[in-house]
Amino acid sequence: MLTSKRLILAHFWLAFAAFAGALLLGEWQMFIRSPLHAWISNPEWYYRSVTGHGTAMAYVLPTLVAMGFGYFITEAALKRPLIGRAWAWVGFGLAVVGTITAVIPVALGAASVLYTFYPPLVGNPFYYIGVVLVVVGSWIWVALMSVNLYRWKKDNPGAAVPLAMFANVAGSYLWAWTSVGAAIELLFQILPVALGLRTTIDAGLARVFFSWTLHAIVYFWLMPTYIAYYTIVPRAIGGRLYSDSMGRLSFILFLVVAMPIGVHHLFMDPQVGGGFKFLHSVFTALVALPTLLTVFTICASVEIAARLRGGRGALGWIRALPWRNPMMLAIAFSFVMLGFGGAGGLINMSYQLDAVIHNTQWITGHFHLIFGGAIVIMYFAIAYDVWPHLTGRALECHGLIRAQLWTWFIGMMVLTFPWHWVGILGMPRRMAYYDYTDPALAPQANWVIMSVIGGAILVLSGILFLAVLIRGHRAPQIDPGPYRFSVAVHQPRRVPVALNSYGLWLSLMVGLTLVNYGFPILHLLTTPGTDVPAITVGAQK
Amino acid sequence: MTHDHEPHGEGAQRAERIERRWATLSVGIVALLIVMAAFAGIHQATMPQPVLETADPRTLHIAGEFTEANLGSSLEPDGSVMVRAIGQQYSFTPACIVVPVGTPIAFRATSADVVHGFLIDGTNVNVMLVPGYVSTIATRFETTGERHMPCHEFCGTGHEGMWGRIRVVDKATFQEMATRHRRLSCVDQ
Repeated sequence: MLTSKRLILAHFWLAFAAFAGALLLGEWQMFIRSPLHAWISNPEWYYRSVTGHGTAMAYVLPTLVAMGFGYFITEAALKRPLIGRAWAWVGFGLAVVGTITAVIPVALGAASVLYTFYPPLVGNPFYYIGVVLVVVGSWIWVALMSVNLYRWKKDNPGAAVPLAMFANVAGSYLWAWTSVGAAIELLFQILPVALGLRTTIDAGLARVFFSWTLHAIVYFWLMPTYIAYYTIVPRAIGGRLYSDSMGRLSFILFLVVAMPIGVHHLFMDPQVGGGFKFLHSVFTALVALPTLLTVFTICASVEIAARLRGGRGALGWIRALPWRNPMMLAIAFSFVMLGFGGAGGLINMSYQLDAVIHNTQWITGHFHLIFGGAIVIMYFAIAYDVWPHLTGRALECHGLIRAQLWTWFIGMMVLTFPWHWVGILGMPRRMAYYDYTDPALAPQANWVIMSVIGGAILVLSGILFLAVLIRGHRAPQIDPGPYRFSVAVHQPRRVPVALNSYGLWLSLMVGLTLVNYGFPILHLLTTPGTDVPAITVGAQK
Repeated sequence: MTHDHEPHGEGAQRAERIERRWATLSVGIVALLIVMAAFAGIHQATMPQPVLETADPRTLHIAGEFTEANLGSSLEPDGSVMVRAIGQQYSFTPACIVVPVGTPIAFRATSADVVHGFLIDGTNVNVMLVPGYVSTIATRFETTGERHMPCHEFCGTGHEGMWGRIRVVDKATFQEMATRHRRLSCVDQ
């Protein structure tokens, strides 16, 4: 039933091309600031690279994967062609043009502001315009997801929306709303300055708007991964999904509580008061809930697969799992990294513990483990699973795939564990150089070298990943048959309206955002004297 | 979760029971974390600054509490110490802060240009300096010695060189310094 294969492949390939380039930049950065390399003669190169790495990994890769996978789900789960394919190509075109528009000023060193923008630093306007174009392209995707679901519901009144599509559309709505924060910051604060229309900017307010996007964007990155947990993994390892409705509930919880928590990124900032920081801390704790529920449901689903394969005993069933199956490896690795990364996240959640590690290398380690580890390893698994259906060719090199997943997991552990540790030792983030001859920094040197090795393993793994996909385009043709999502043990034919639609949850999402962000934003807007002069980067000196 | 299952048998009910038990446990874990954070905040008085204060980076050097002559450490009438500092591309002023050991210290700091970070190694002093706003944080040092004070937020090319220091001296030394100068930094020692 897949009719938009070229469209979906185009999205995946743009995502993975950006990923490959950014991966190399990342490892170069690890090396440059390690004791293995002396002083970089021009530190600007380093910040240029960090800007490129962050922009590609945080905006291009996950957005394009979510879009491509979203179109795939629409056709495979609703079992009908995508409505509005021409518009989807327009969205893709905007993402391509946006990526190129953003990359050029970054490569020229005219926008080394890092992907988090950091006003009052202001770079070349084309960098921000490029990012906006990628986001606008993704908004077309959001609209298409909504239209496709609406039309399907009209044709299938009362039927349960397939879980994959239900989650996919929830993710698109989450993205639409969370991207509004950064869009406001870019369109109304930064771009007017970058274009020379204004000379001042409220840096504190800009940070608040960015935090609106900055946390829920992580859950947008996470959506394809969680969709794979629920709707691909149980089928791929020969089991059943333990509970369809728990899946729906988890995605709804993400929709509602992922948004109003971003101020935990501003715990140490002077422009938001203590009360709202505590409120956001509470909601940050709540967002652990859908993950805890998911861990249970997926572990139970995996156990079902093991018992169907003859596994016995309280823990003996683990041995009966299909460990040579790439999806089994991916889910296991993903869960281990989610466990460590999630535990780290619970530490970041409280102001008191965050004070120890805020803006140290701990944070960089944390989000690489969660995003680069737990989330991206499932992007690989998704690609492996859908590739035969997109290319009509077999993906037979299972040994290579296993090696790729193992190296990604090991590389990520070797990269991020020392990273967390030097963070606790107080090593600050985002620096082109550290003086390891200083007695206070000397104990960090070997740990940093270990991270460089972890990064090298990840580069190797990234090459393997691309090799597997490219080989997949040249393999013998097969008929992969219709794509199947997981079936629940008790597959529902109908579900309650609340678990089949979004109205209530979207109003809660918007309402909670307004409650948790309304006052801090209004307060800053009405406080005089908060605008400060912009500082241009990349200008001729 | 009751709905129109096909085989709505005993198995389904049992599955739901286990599920509900886990959900309850999860809510319990989350509630416990929130209570712990609230308790730590109130009991150990570690809370973010309560109020918003502004400072114009364009006039910091001309008037107000962040003029150059007013930066550094000062002994307050109640025996505590107030430290005023600013961050700018790519240094802190004072570049080396001096404080006495075992004394309540209050920092007031801001930025003269872009966003900077203010972190003191081996302590919980960790705050952002956002231009336009005043950051405040309180602490107390229990041991003497010198610590690093790096800027931990990207502030432009040159960020990697922005490392301040903080020197914790014994109380008598600080008292003696305070009799000679109104505002102190390491150069006064």
